[in-house]
Amino acid sequence: MASIQYREIEGRSGAYFALLAVLGALILAGLGAAWTMEHQGHHVTGMSNRIVWGTPHVFAVFLIVAASGALNVASIASVFGRELYKPLARLSALLAITLLAGGLAVLVLDLGRADRMIVAMTHYNFKSIFAWNIFLYTGFFAVVALYLWTMIERRMHGYSKRVGVLAFLWRLVLTTGTGSIFGFLVAREPLHSALLAPLFIIMSFSFGLAIFVLVLMAACRWTGRALGDVVLNRLRNLLGVFVATVLYFVAVHHLTNLYIARQHDVERFFLWEGGIYTALFWFGQVLIGGVLPLALLFGASSRRAFAAAAVCVIAGGLAQLYVLIIGGQAYPQLMFPGKEVSSSFFDGVVAAYAPSLLEVALGVGGVALALALTVVALKVLPFLPRSLADGELGGGTA
Amino acid sequence: MNPERRQFLGWGAAAAGAALAPGFSLIELARARSPQEAASKLQRWGLLIDITKCADCDACVTACHEENGVTGHGRPETDAQWIRKVSLRDKRTGYAQTLPLMCQHCEHPPCVDVCPTGASFKRDDGIVLVDKHTCIGCRYCVMACPYGARSFVHEAVSGQKADVPRGKGTVESCTLCVHRVDRGETPACVAACNRDGGKAMVFGDLNDASAEIHRRLRSAPSSQVRADLALNTGVRYQGL
Repeated sequence: MASIQYREIEGRSGAYFALLAVLGALILAGLGAAWTMEHQGHHVTGMSNRIVWGTPHVFAVFLIVAASGALNVASIASVFGRELYKPLARLSALLAITLLAGGLAVLVLDLGRADRMIVAMTHYNFKSIFAWNIFLYTGFFAVVALYLWTMIERRMHGYSKRVGVLAFLWRLVLTTGTGSIFGFLVAREPLHSALLAPLFIIMSFSFGLAIFVLVLMAACRWTGRALGDVVLNRLRNLLGVFVATVLYFVAVHHLTNLYIARQHDVERFFLWEGGIYTALFWFGQVLIGGVLPLALLFGASSRRAFAAAAVCVIAGGLAQLYVLIIGGQAYPQLMFPGKEVSSSFFDGVVAAYAPSLLEVALGVGGVALALALTVVALKVLPFLPRSLADGELGGGTA
Repeated sequence: MNPERRQFLGWGAAAAGAALAPGFSLIELARARSPQEAASKLQRWGLLIDITKCADCDACVTACHEENGVTGHGRPETDAQWIRKVSLRDKRTGYAQTLPLMCQHCEHPPCVDVCPTGASFKRDDGIVLVDKHTCIGCRYCVMACPYGARSFVHEAVSGQKADVPRGKGTVESCTLCVHRVDRGETPACVAACNRDGGKAMVFGDLNDASAEIHRRLRSAPSSQVRADLALNTGVRYQGL
């Protein structure tokens, strides 16, 4: 079997710098938004005391979930020994790091006191799933960096599988932690469910692979590298299975709720009369994020259809997290069953929320940061194979 | 003993008594809880609210926000609310009630469980507080609270009270007027309700069998909001 040859991308073209300039501008806009929110206070955003986690959380959680999922391709190669995926493993690990960095940047900059990160690093309450996540996220950086080292440094190749297994297990725990942030909330009827942990894991498979595929296609196309149909068709089928599984978990979650009398109002809200949240659920999450990608992946064979399906998965994923995070807060907490409730705190009514430009700018800034880090890293270190043409795949060292 | 010697001893004893007296009274003082003394598990501060007496007024809300320097900016969605009046109407019968709702000072507070830095904490005497120095403003406690009792400070605050530190970008809620409780007083809401309202609120030590709150709770049925969560709240309601 021929060994895979990796090369940095040249990164000297006007288009490369133009891409970096656009991403840089978006990052600056995100930083500007964070600065404004920090100086003025969060009242300048769409958030309130009823919706305390807004659009930045949607982007942050999306990126963090996608980060662990982006590592999947590397795991399939190292942990499950599929040689076909080996040439893609480095890019997969790189995206895992950069997406997590983008997500965490958004999360941290949205804190009320982002300047107190040193407090978060020195004071821990180990009953808090958030505190575990601080270790899970920083540990993930370290483990994936080590994993990359074993893949890039020839003398370390022998350790690649063992570190790959560690990284795979770590990412499963990490996404369990992210899902449990919401699943452990006993006070929120729409969120409180152990199902959220496995749901988040399968969402991460889907979102992470969708981003991976788009970055791979763009990188190969813009640097003139061959990208064979064999590997793309494998990824296509894989994404299809992931999208279908997300739909399955979502269906089970809602069917379970529909069976429980106490949850009937919750389901009526999300599935039927929840306004924007109902619309986003059916049209964003289910149609654009589920049904349409499945049709594109299994009903068409063109690359364009595959790319369109990946874009749909990302859009649907953002819609899904918007419904879950913001819809989950907008739905009034049940305190007095059988009573109509009203107060100055807007008890008993669906909380109003409209994303502000500042929040969107911060979220998009995080996406831009993840992409910019990827674009720079591809130029600095050899993450991409020289060619991914059909004949050259299926063997070689990682 | 000659008279001079007796007189000398008398004066000496008087002087010694005078010198020691402040010491003894200091011991007496020290028996009261000083600000330096830690809160004790022997006590569990709580509130009993009889909503059959809760009048259609907001004396408790006004008093709380005045006592704690909680001022609004005319933006009800983002202004802090440490206590609020909630109106209830039975969906079937139309029976209407009103009650004050604030931090329920749970024995097992979800806000304390989820706080990553330990800024949300429960004192040994059951009062749930936020350490304003270690709160990073993540709002996870707001997500976790079943009562909507917590507010995030959405903008700069002014006119703060010396006993009640507040700060933009952190989370806050009812402190059960801990500064008053530590001085041996009742929370501002209770004082106001007894003065200007329907005398619906009783404050006291839930562990003290001789306290009025204890007597009232053992002589008539009471309930907790969201008792299904088994948080063992420090705030109890009668007539709900």
